[in-house]
Amino acid sequence: MTAVEIAAAVRSGQRSARSVVDEHLDVIAGGDADIHAFNLVAAAQARARADEIDGAVAAGRDPGPLAGVPVALKDNLCTRGLATTCSSRILEGWAPPYDATVVEQLHNAGAVVVGKTNMDEFAMGSSTENSAFGPTCNPCDTSRVPGGSSGGSAAAVAAGFAPVALGSDTGGSIRQPAALCGVVGVKPTYGLVSRYGLVAFASSLDQIGPFTTTVADAAAVLDVIGGPDARDSTSISEPQPPVSDTLADGIDGLRVGVLTELSGNGIAPDVAAQLQAAVRALESAGASVAEASVPAAVYGLSAYYLIAPAEASSNLARYDGVRYGLRVDGPSTPDMNTATRSAGFGDEVKRRIMIGTYALSAGYYDAYYGKAQKVRTLIINDFASVWEQFDLLVSPTSPTTAFPLGERAADPMAMYMSDVCTVPVNLTGQAAMSVPYGVGDDGLPVGVQIMAPALGEPVMFRAAAVLEASL
Amino acid sequence: MSDEAQTIPGLGAPADTEWETVVGLEVHAELATATKLFSASPNRFGGEPNTHIDPVSLGLPGSLPVLNEKAVELAIRVGLALNCRIQPSVFARKNYFYPDMPKDFQISQYDQPINVDGWLELPSGKRVGIERAHLEEDTGKTVHIGGGGRIHEAGYSLVDYNRAGVPLIEIVGHPELRSAEEARQYVSELRSILVAVGASDGKMEEGSLRVDCNVSVRPVGSDRLGTRCEIKNVNSLRSLGRAIEYEARRQIDQLTSGQTIEQQTRHWNEDDGRTHALRSKEEDYDYRYFPEPDLLPLDPSTEWVEQICHALPSLPRDRRLGLAEAASSVDIDHIALAVERSMDELALAAISEGGAAERVMTHIVQNLADGAGELTAESLAGLVGMEEAGDLTATQAKKVLAVLVEGGGSPQDAAQTLGFEAMDTGELESLVDSLIAQHAEEWSRFCEGDAKLTGFFVGQVMKATQGRADGKAVTQLLNSRRG
Repeated sequence: MTAVEIAAAVRSGQRSARSVVDEHLDVIAGGDADIHAFNLVAAAQARARADEIDGAVAAGRDPGPLAGVPVALKDNLCTRGLATTCSSRILEGWAPPYDATVVEQLHNAGAVVVGKTNMDEFAMGSSTENSAFGPTCNPCDTSRVPGGSSGGSAAAVAAGFAPVALGSDTGGSIRQPAALCGVVGVKPTYGLVSRYGLVAFASSLDQIGPFTTTVADAAAVLDVIGGPDARDSTSISEPQPPVSDTLADGIDGLRVGVLTELSGNGIAPDVAAQLQAAVRALESAGASVAEASVPAAVYGLSAYYLIAPAEASSNLARYDGVRYGLRVDGPSTPDMNTATRSAGFGDEVKRRIMIGTYALSAGYYDAYYGKAQKVRTLIINDFASVWEQFDLLVSPTSPTTAFPLGERAADPMAMYMSDVCTVPVNLTGQAAMSVPYGVGDDGLPVGVQIMAPALGEPVMFRAAAVLEASL
Repeated sequence: MSDEAQTIPGLGAPADTEWETVVGLEVHAELATATKLFSASPNRFGGEPNTHIDPVSLGLPGSLPVLNEKAVELAIRVGLALNCRIQPSVFARKNYFYPDMPKDFQISQYDQPINVDGWLELPSGKRVGIERAHLEEDTGKTVHIGGGGRIHEAGYSLVDYNRAGVPLIEIVGHPELRSAEEARQYVSELRSILVAVGASDGKMEEGSLRVDCNVSVRPVGSDRLGTRCEIKNVNSLRSLGRAIEYEARRQIDQLTSGQTIEQQTRHWNEDDGRTHALRSKEEDYDYRYFPEPDLLPLDPSTEWVEQICHALPSLPRDRRLGLAEAASSVDIDHIALAVERSMDELALAAISEGGAAERVMTHIVQNLADGAGELTAESLAGLVGMEEAGDLTATQAKKVLAVLVEGGGSPQDAAQTLGFEAMDTGELESLVDSLIAQHAEEWSRFCEGDAKLTGFFVGQVMKATQGRADGKAVTQLLNSRRG
């Protein structure tokens, strides 16, 4: 059952939320040992919440648009009283005293949190292999990675553990695992979804979004979690129209551009072939398609790997052993800080903290961080001129299908290339999503990325619905 | 041995030169908001440790700052009062590790501060340039347990985050102060301005006003700045003066003995009255400033700034000018003191009620240090009038004033209650004559011209009349009797 179907059944009293939740908890219990999508399964809490929802229905109250829908949360979303680890040893033993805004919104919409999902430590990675608790496997082929960093959330939805999961996308961390696991993944416009309670990786790039099996489910979730939040200064202050309302409006007459810089070099032929099939589907639905060029997009990855680590080096400074999480004692406070951070962070996190610290250092700032910000502006300007000619852009989400576990773990550069198609949109703040579109030569899912200008979600979702229907 | 005069290394000045002290101050003032700069926790001094906290002021993972509009308004008030340009500004992260800083970075303003290019006028009329006055958050407080509270000997440390996130304005002055006394005047004036505009309570003893001093010395006449040292932990106006004097002396001694000054951060120790090296420039942090991505740039509208400007109360400088105009013969220090005590309005009102300006100001400066209590401008003017008419002596007036401060009322009634009625001339003459007879020895010395004896006879008269006599009238009588 999809999330929309579950909610309809629970709201109408056709099904109890408890039976829905029990069923999913059973699937998790039967399957997660092989997948390791979850860091924590909150079974008792989920059952209690399901009973509350059933009680509301019985009393004639509407529990909300996601009534009884099981939701898995990436383990960097703060949940009151429930361990939030970011898959890092450094947050060992910490349970937040508050819920993230999105967690409150889901709760108020009647959703049921079933657990916290595995991820690359602090969202740094593209395979979910950088987790202190071991990797997550791709449910389509357990010898393959699920992508990352939100690999646990993508795998949870792909494996049927929950119809909905939330992830965070800083450089592709929702879209790339969605593509590799064959599910829908959305990175909303920066500022559409509140970041309050999302443990920060790179503040100017991070955005929360849903994983679902259908486009309509993604729309339903986005309509719940999107909107202004006074606790996030970067949140867009005007409410946006619901995406669900216009899903079926079609794309007749829309101008779609195939983004050449992200669709040619380095893209596996079987992935490119699926993109072509998707383009034909859009054309037959009435869209006009042409090649589109964003020349600066090729510098996206370089700019990203300076800006994101720079912000991360500052965001992750607070894990110092003083207030919460891991503490490894030392003879002085600085010694304790060093011992704690040395023991608590994994290699990739340390690598990015060092890169970021360097990029911000006196004498290097202009050459690295400063330059990267100029490139970012260049990319924003290039996209702005493309949006004068196109309503949407498409590209592959990932250059390849899911790669084998361990293949790129020892080669950071190869791993960073996994994000080449997804990163530019984080730098510009625009909306983008990945829609599954067939399989590659290896039988593994391929995702197509649809990109829209800022707050272009309604149009983006209409195209996604067209692609979904054309399969 | 060379015949050439010895010179100070790096300064080229002869060793017997005269020295000038150069001081630039960085003043941090806590803004008097109800809540913290980026969260809703109360901004209140003291309290049980770690009770004025929340996820944001503790910097918990996932928390985000939201700017307090009131703090921005107060910062703009300060900027306007310091004649600054109010400009669009950007918050930045200042990164360094310290346990009392919850995020291990401080949100401050760096290359685009809210207020720039202002000035402050000292009571002397000298203007001191203000480079900038920017917003930032305060840190928590660390208490070192064991080892007499010293960090290196402490057994462990406890951190109180009540102060973390309290809004601060940091006011950076140009190095245009030339003595410890001028520095004291600057801080005193700045404090008056902060209090006057309602931006801060200005309490140095509670740490809501904190001063870092940059001190250097140079030969008189030189226009080059010497190497400076930054002095921290100056917690009162008194220690500010002491610390600058000590530090300037130390630097002069260092230079005249052939050494150079190393750029350092130094710690003022109130107990031994010295500054001690904390760290050198080489050990200084690289703060890795960059724009705070969790906050939007701050761009106050012209209308808002104008609105704040119109609502600004009159400032100490304007009040001094106003009072000086009404009491033109009064010393500028006394004018400044009256304004500092917020008694300028009382003085102006008493003067406009007809009170003689000099006498009004004498009472304010000398007799009202503890406040005016129930005293009204009208009764102050009346009191001064009675003095001028010779109905009250200075000593009596002081006693009447005390009554008026304590319980209000009219000076006439108070004088009557105290039994102060002007002595008639005949009574005073016979008293003076009998005292001259009793103290023949002193009288002859007085007649020989020993002026000190005037005081003796006036004192005797006062003693006999319990202060009822008018000292001036007694002196006149004595002089006329001497012939």
